[in-house]
Amino acid sequence: MIEVLSSAALATVQDLGRTGSLRWGVGTSGAMDNLALAAGNLLLGNALGAAAIEIPVFPFKVRFGEDCAFALTGADCAARLDGQPLLPWWVHQARAGQVLALGLPQGGAQRGTRAMLCVAGGVDVPEVLGSRSTQLRGAFGGHEGRSLRRGDVLRAAGAGAACKTGFGLVPPALAMPLERDGLPAVRVLPAAEYAGFDPASRSAFWAGEWKITSQSDRYGYRLEGEALRPIAPMELRSHGIVPGVIQVPHSGQPIIQMRDAQPSGGYPKFGTVIEADMWRLGQAPIGSRMRFIETGWDEAVAALDEVRAWLDKVARMVELHRAAPGARR
Amino acid sequence: MTTRQRPSTSLLGTTALLFEPPGEMNLGTQQRIWALAHEAGAWPEIREAVPGMNNLMLTFLRPPRRLEALEALEARLADAWDAAVARPREGRVVELPVVYGGAGGPHLSDVMAHTGLSIERIVELHSAPLYPVYALGSHPGYCYLGGMDARIATPRRKVPMLSIPGGAVSIGGAQTGVSASPGPSGWNTIGSTSMCFFDPAQDPPATLQPGDMIRFRVEGIVR
Repeated sequence: MIEVLSSAALATVQDLGRTGSLRWGVGTSGAMDNLALAAGNLLLGNALGAAAIEIPVFPFKVRFGEDCAFALTGADCAARLDGQPLLPWWVHQARAGQVLALGLPQGGAQRGTRAMLCVAGGVDVPEVLGSRSTQLRGAFGGHEGRSLRRGDVLRAAGAGAACKTGFGLVPPALAMPLERDGLPAVRVLPAAEYAGFDPASRSAFWAGEWKITSQSDRYGYRLEGEALRPIAPMELRSHGIVPGVIQVPHSGQPIIQMRDAQPSGGYPKFGTVIEADMWRLGQAPIGSRMRFIETGWDEAVAALDEVRAWLDKVARMVELHRAAPGARR
Repeated sequence: MTTRQRPSTSLLGTTALLFEPPGEMNLGTQQRIWALAHEAGAWPEIREAVPGMNNLMLTFLRPPRRLEALEALEARLADAWDAAVARPREGRVVELPVVYGGAGGPHLSDVMAHTGLSIERIVELHSAPLYPVYALGSHPGYCYLGGMDARIATPRRKVPMLSIPGGAVSIGGAQTGVSASPGPSGWNTIGSTSMCFFDPAQDPPATLQPGDMIRFRVEGIVR
């Protein structure tokens, strides 16, 4: 049993997302940093998409009711287990009764914003429509269809089982950095209405710095920069959209759809942040600045391969550690 | 024979394709969209075919490796569209009582300002049609409806609302619909109703399907 001891604002149970229910109006949800989730699960020998706790607000505290291996990935939050400092991106062993505390993300300009607490076997909540992710809008999935609260008790499916601990990995932000002119960047494929924007606005989008405003959450990131102007007003028919789509409402300030985004929309679409870079965006702090890099289809698909290759490398490294003698409980 | 405008296909990153046929929005086109969704949804590289308003999104199980393969898929989709035959659906009719205006319809005044029509006229025009459900989207159980009177069309809001309540009846551009749960929206809320549109424990989880019909019954008008 894992008991939530802090107010836990906005912490949710997430897996890799709910696919296949878009036609009922159900968006995908899923971890904002899917790479942190997958890597944390690999470290524990879990299935890649096992459910974990996504933590966006700190401090955050839980008590383990039984022995349980866990991995901390995503933002480095100066975690402590019964006061002992813990390494980030590392597998640890908790003993029954121990308290895990996460503080504010550290690392200066390189800091992340969401920590993933992965546990042995994954967080054991019922699968709803094929996923354990929290569907906040629909109030189902995850833990009772809502974000966690003080006093909630979760179960790790593999608690008590032997699990090799005491090793970790280099975070993907260091292994696969992406910057443009000194700022974090993500790659974008132009979308249907791209050509309908003023040429000056198109140039400004790629050249400019974009601030992630405080009105940014799991639904979407509202950005602030030079307003994007259409050549003529565009009023579209509602159509399917996906996380990463950059919509431009009449104000001209773009909104990037994130994991809890609606599965459909009607604002003009400037472009889409490629799936392979969504984990970078998932760790971008509110108030920080970023840039966009224009990309093409082949490069965008190759970027997915790069992510997969990194995960394969992690899997091989974990295998070596788990096969090594001296496995600790 | 006149030259037909070709449908457009665009990218939603590496996750999906968006297919948009030309022409005025109508039920016949939507029936062809349902037929195309049925066919393309069975293709091996497609995870899900998701009808929108006279358009179709196809999500990839795995995106085509190369640009040529993507273009081949787009061509196949255009051919399937040319061959698609409208499939009418005999759905059920659901009546929803609506209170227009007041606290439950805060943007009715914006629709008045945009259209230049009186409250009575807007309510009359909005509650007259039998609206076919074209597609589901936006949030669990939400229905996109066809058939709204063009005279009450009102652009989406300049800045989207951070939250509108469940049961909100709203207008966005030339479309109308009812929110199935509270959440953000860029549409103009003109009234409110109550109905359970979604239950994840049911199969299918959504109460209404494409092809069903909604009628709004005027329960009251609050000024």
